[in-house]
Amino acid sequence: MSEFIKIKLKSLKANSNSLSKAANQLILLEQNPEEFTPFRTKLNEINLNPLEPTALEVFQINLGKMCNQVCTHCHVDAGPDRKEIMTKETMKIIVEILKLNPNYKVVDMTGGAPEMNPNFRWFVEEISALGIQMYVRCNLTIITANKKYNDLPEFFKKHNVEVISSLPSYSKDRTDKQRGDGVFESSIKALKMLNEVGYGKEGSGLTLNLVYNPAGAFLPPDQNALEKEYKLALEKDFGIAFNNLFAITNLPVSRYLDYLVSSGNFEDYMSKLIDAFNPTAALNVMCRNTISIGWDGYIYDCDFNQMLELKVACRDSQHISEYNSDSLLNRNIIVSNHCYGCTAGSGSSCGGAVV
Amino acid sequence: MDKNYYNSDDLKKFGNIVDFQKEMGEKFFGYYGEVFKEGALTAREKSLIALAVSHAVQCPYCIDAYSSDAYEKGYSEAQMMEAVHVAAAIRGGASLVHGVQMMNKVKKISL
Repeated sequence: MSEFIKIKLKSLKANSNSLSKAANQLILLEQNPEEFTPFRTKLNEINLNPLEPTALEVFQINLGKMCNQVCTHCHVDAGPDRKEIMTKETMKIIVEILKLNPNYKVVDMTGGAPEMNPNFRWFVEEISALGIQMYVRCNLTIITANKKYNDLPEFFKKHNVEVISSLPSYSKDRTDKQRGDGVFESSIKALKMLNEVGYGKEGSGLTLNLVYNPAGAFLPPDQNALEKEYKLALEKDFGIAFNNLFAITNLPVSRYLDYLVSSGNFEDYMSKLIDAFNPTAALNVMCRNTISIGWDGYIYDCDFNQMLELKVACRDSQHISEYNSDSLLNRNIIVSNHCYGCTAGSGSSCGGAVV
Repeated sequence: MDKNYYNSDDLKKFGNIVDFQKEMGEKFFGYYGEVFKEGALTAREKSLIALAVSHAVQCPYCIDAYSSDAYEKGYSEAQMMEAVHVAAAIRGGASLVHGVQMMNKVKKISL
């Protein structure tokens, strides 16, 4: 089974778009402090500045920026034209770190399409041998993109990898608008393949979670209500089952930031995020128990800081080759105005709402 | 008074109506919040009803608010336009059904 998705877009980098540079994104995000209260000021108001980690529990890894899709909202600016891929040598260092640091309860693998990394399966097998829970951020269409990926559901099952997949709508129209023509149909096929091996089925112990993120310049609706709708619609229309729905807010970073600016929505969207600042969500932001590793081994507070090239604020542990638990645990987390995306309303993390 | 009767920025100031009458304003907003909670109807269903009613009462503030809200809650463009047609059909029907009154009257007074 091999399918094509119509790729209309190129990455910002391939287009030499000025927002492909992290520095330009940060200038835009931090402009006009009179109108857009700096995130640090908000944290000050609730005595949370500087923001500090509570634990090191989630080890999130970007295995590369290469992807078979070019989604309009992608904060990684991923796509087929991106060649940044994590090497096996870097993976080996990570495996050693995980061996020596049992505090990590979860390894969360993301990309691009992480499965496109040529050493993906080797890496999963190594981590599986350590007995650590793994998540894979699977875009679904990779499963049907090429014959060599058709057995991914079986492979994930073998290593009990939790599958977390984007499906911005249970309707074709909205999904394809955000993720490219043909994505919905291909995603449905992939979901059926995952269901066939037991993913998302009660009693199987194999978890399949879906991710909703808004297809436009607005915040996600209530996660629980949306989950009910997704379950009803996917069961009724396609006989598909899944476990949980994570409603994630789009952060104004990279391609989504470019969309906001070019569509004239940037100011309104920032105001919306700032107006919806929720102190409880701020207490529970994911960067407090997560570290994020870039394809080249550099360490960041989260995936978004990674894309903004904001390395962790501890000089002796900025790269996995010099990994130092104490330094990482005692660092201050770097924040900027994109962080409003994680603290708006019910909050947002890689696991959905936080309150 | 401004030159324009409507200003989109005023929507954000809706809550300020309590400045002139606190008790009634607060009761209204409490009621409003209660109405739009999940109930026998879902918050999503209520959003689409609100969109249709917004058009029936031709309130630009309400249309602004519930166009966003209904879209955010996952309704498609076609579903939202059909809701507007429902409002239009009821409004049109409300005029036309009075045509029966007119006919009754004419029949009564004509030979």
